[in-house]
Amino acid sequence: MAEQAAALLFDAEAAAASRRHFWTRFAIYGVLTFFAAIYLVPLLVVVFNSFREQEEIARNGLISLPQTFRLDAWRDAWSSYCIAGTCEGMKRNFFNSLWMTIPATIISTLLGAINGYVLSKWRFKGSEVLFTCMLLGVFMPGQIALMPWAFVLGKLGLTNSTYGLILVHVIQGISFTTLFCRNYYLGIPDDLIKAARIDGAGFWRIFRKIILPLSPPILIVTVIWQFTGIWNEYLFGVVFTSGQQQPITAALVALTASGTTARAYDVMSASVLIGALPPLLIYLLGGKYFVRGLTQGAIK
Amino acid sequence: MTSRTFSALTIRNVHKSFGAVGVLKGIDLEAQPGEFIALVGPSGCGKSTLLAMIAGLESISSGEIWIGDRLVNSVPPKDRDIAMVFQSYALYPTMTVRENITFGMESRGVPKAEQADAVKRVAALLQIEPLLNRKPGQLSGGQRQRVAMGRALVRDPKLFLFDEPLSNLDAKLRVDMRTEIKKLHNRVGKTTVYVTHDQVEAMTLASRIAVMHQGSVQQFDAAQTIYSRPANMFVAGFMGSPAMNFIPAELSDGEGRAAVTIRTVNGGSAALPLAQALPTRAPKNVVLGVRPEHIYRFSDDLRQRKPGLAAVQAPVDLVEPTGAETLAVLRFGDLEVTGRFDPDTAPRVGETMTLGIDMARACLFDPATQSLL
Repeated sequence: MAEQAAALLFDAEAAAASRRHFWTRFAIYGVLTFFAAIYLVPLLVVVFNSFREQEEIARNGLISLPQTFRLDAWRDAWSSYCIAGTCEGMKRNFFNSLWMTIPATIISTLLGAINGYVLSKWRFKGSEVLFTCMLLGVFMPGQIALMPWAFVLGKLGLTNSTYGLILVHVIQGISFTTLFCRNYYLGIPDDLIKAARIDGAGFWRIFRKIILPLSPPILIVTVIWQFTGIWNEYLFGVVFTSGQQQPITAALVALTASGTTARAYDVMSASVLIGALPPLLIYLLGGKYFVRGLTQGAIK
Repeated sequence: MTSRTFSALTIRNVHKSFGAVGVLKGIDLEAQPGEFIALVGPSGCGKSTLLAMIAGLESISSGEIWIGDRLVNSVPPKDRDIAMVFQSYALYPTMTVRENITFGMESRGVPKAEQADAVKRVAALLQIEPLLNRKPGQLSGGQRQRVAMGRALVRDPKLFLFDEPLSNLDAKLRVDMRTEIKKLHNRVGKTTVYVTHDQVEAMTLASRIAVMHQGSVQQFDAAQTIYSRPANMFVAGFMGSPAMNFIPAELSDGEGRAAVTIRTVNGGSAALPLAQALPTRAPKNVVLGVRPEHIYRFSDDLRQRKPGLAAVQAPVDLVEPTGAETLAVLRFGDLEVTGRFDPDTAPRVGETMTLGIDMARACLFDPATQSLL
């Protein structure tokens, strides 16, 4: 009875609070939606244009809702559009990027894991200094290394080759992967390593049997980071390779520069999307772990 | 030399320093085969470092560590034939209990059939058979503790090392596991070195205790000796709870019988006759060490039974009943002295009671050197 009576009473304060709550929510979601739109509208425009006919784009302008739907632009962009005189589309460059990004990502991540393992669990005299030096690489913009790399790749005979770019990206990426893994491994209790040493396990066995099985969260973060970073990288690609050897980022720019006639906005849009798909896919597959891995500190 | 029997563990003049900081300053210890040794001391005394050095996880700055008849100074941990239980248990989180237990054998290439037998034996011993396929994250604290011990036991090593294995357990479980470790040691009979900061654990488990402080062993002796004849004021104060009372006193040799004079309330003083002969070359000012349980409510028939009893009057400041016993804070001059009484004879607050101090059990210390006289 008393409870019913209490429920019937009008609580002015609570009502005011819930009204305030509603308007605060409304404002927050409004602002968030606005900013999300700023990010999403350009993507939407590109997606639409990749399916529109060139004439329709010319007629109605770049930004407008599609009235036609066709896949020709995607096919052209993939296999037959002419870039700098070669009419093979983006296909070759796409695979260049893939064969560059996958090995570079795997190698740099593995090296980062091993480095991180050594720098967190097998410290030696000067290991902190070494780590600080490696950290400098995180803050160093890539263009600083452009000249030295040109020299090194020239000496190694790896100019204008995917292998050269793999080497560049592995080395350039190591400071990041090492930083990620080392900080994550610091959260793994040293006692585990000590117990394993008493159990007779050596450096590699501890790495394989104890460290690596604990590593998936940070390895996923590192792989996403490296994959998107290397895939989207432009500067090294455009400087060290040309023509058929170029990764897709460099080819995209070549595509826009090669237009002698009217610009094929439909094909460009499709090409850009082809170039953007792999990192998007990677993020969709691993994004959940990416956010979790970045926020998760220690292993309980 | 051939007839010489080796101790299970011998530590000779071991030093350890990290840079300029000396952590261990000349440690000498030995353990007989099958013995249970406790290293006890406050945090930072170097006990865990010493254990890590026995295990081979820390290098030795100077000195020698022998396990059995083998000098192990530069032997890596895996070849020392030791097993260790860590405070954090250090169970491999991605492996099942079974894999945790077999990891060491796996590393050493023990055949699978032998591994299975060993797991069966240890799991039965520790009653962890139902847990074998679980991951450490699915176990309670006590279960993890058992698995950690199982991982050590499966090795059948020369030496067991325990690094504060019970400090992560709650109070009740800790007492249970303590009993269990003792039973286990009685059954397995392996030489054990056990590090703890808990003096009760050390007293209950160990046959001999090494009390450490500031990087050196203060006393290494049988548990009862450590308790009743502590080598110095640090050991006396560290072992026992509530701690031993330290009462400044003056030696007097009048009337043919040595006595100590202590201050009582209201500027008075009392002479307490010593039970033993006065040590030679004792300073005039000494510190009288009395354990709380050696203070009684004075009565004539108690004196009949305890001839060393000396009477002194003191007011009662505070009474703390714990059930089994009652602690009371007594005032000696401006000093607070804790007494431990049977609830039947417990004092009341405000009472000025006549106390009997068992001088036969009391210790005298030199205030300058802090050591036992």
